[in-house]
Amino acid sequence: MTGTSEARDGRIGNWKVGVVTSIRRESASGRSITIDVPGWGGNIAGQHTDVRLTAANGYTAVRSYSVASAGVGDRIELAVDRLPTGEVSPYLVDTLREGDELELRGPLGGWFVWTPQQTESVQLIGGGSGIVPLMAMIRSHEASGSDSPFRLLYSVRTPLDAFFRAELESPSANLEVTWIFTRRAPSGCPRPAGRITAADLEAHGFPAALSPTVFVCGPTGFVETVATALVALGHEPSRVKTERFGGA
Amino acid sequence: MVEPIDGNALAGPLSDLFTFDPTTASARCAGCGDVSVLARAMVYGEPDTFVVRCANCDDVLMTIVQAPDRFCIELRGMTWLKIPR
Repeated sequence: MTGTSEARDGRIGNWKVGVVTSIRRESASGRSITIDVPGWGGNIAGQHTDVRLTAANGYTAVRSYSVASAGVGDRIELAVDRLPTGEVSPYLVDTLREGDELELRGPLGGWFVWTPQQTESVQLIGGGSGIVPLMAMIRSHEASGSDSPFRLLYSVRTPLDAFFRAELESPSANLEVTWIFTRRAPSGCPRPAGRITAADLEAHGFPAALSPTVFVCGPTGFVETVATALVALGHEPSRVKTERFGGA
Repeated sequence: MVEPIDGNALAGPLSDLFTFDPTTASARCAGCGDVSVLARAMVYGEPDTFVVRCANCDDVLMTIVQAPDRFCIELRGMTWLKIPR
């Protein structure tokens, strides 16, 4: 495993100082943030980073964020949704500016990852900002010219809440994107607004008989619902990888 | 009730202490005998304290407390930890 051999030299846990090179608005509450992190050394699609903020009085807060980019190099992209009660995300979304410094450690985690060596069908299921690690997989899939079939089910409240909307509205040939709108669907959308159900997974996901690898990322309730439905549809639990995020 | 996250969140905090990736390490639950990667465990109570519970039986596998001057790790709930290399 790349993650473990990299970890063994002891650099992964070290805090690195990155500089914000650009910030892009993704939604009313979401921003994608591109950061140059000397010493980062590239990451596998699906990995995350810890971000540490330190107040003037020395108080620190550390939170995990998935990386939306994948591949070699020291430039990474994060995408962050503002959680009203969070300690770190409001700063990242509302206050952070280009040229600001951020402390980061990573890349972290070698389990919720996709590598271009994998050839099986891949089902991605994201809720809200749970799209972020899945976006890294989509980008890695496209950049590597992989011909393994990819499908994405992306659940968002309204079209305006979608991250990476332009990129996902013109997917590459081996990627099929299905949108699930939970509060308001655009006019002309055949599916009425509502939370994701087993019927959505059955209608738009790869069937269990194909033995796809399934990656599910989102808030805890979303992940529980989807993972339970997938197993009920016959997916092997060991092929369903999940990542839950809390309020940060 | 506090909603759990999962063992993926342990990668950063434990990278301060260990050189292996904890998310791909497998643990055997001392309660039910289930063997699973730590990424699949349920994690309660971030950011400074992590109570890691077995996804199968909900018994506590490990507890990690981070204080400014020390780490405490309690591992009584796992029989062993297998680390890929």
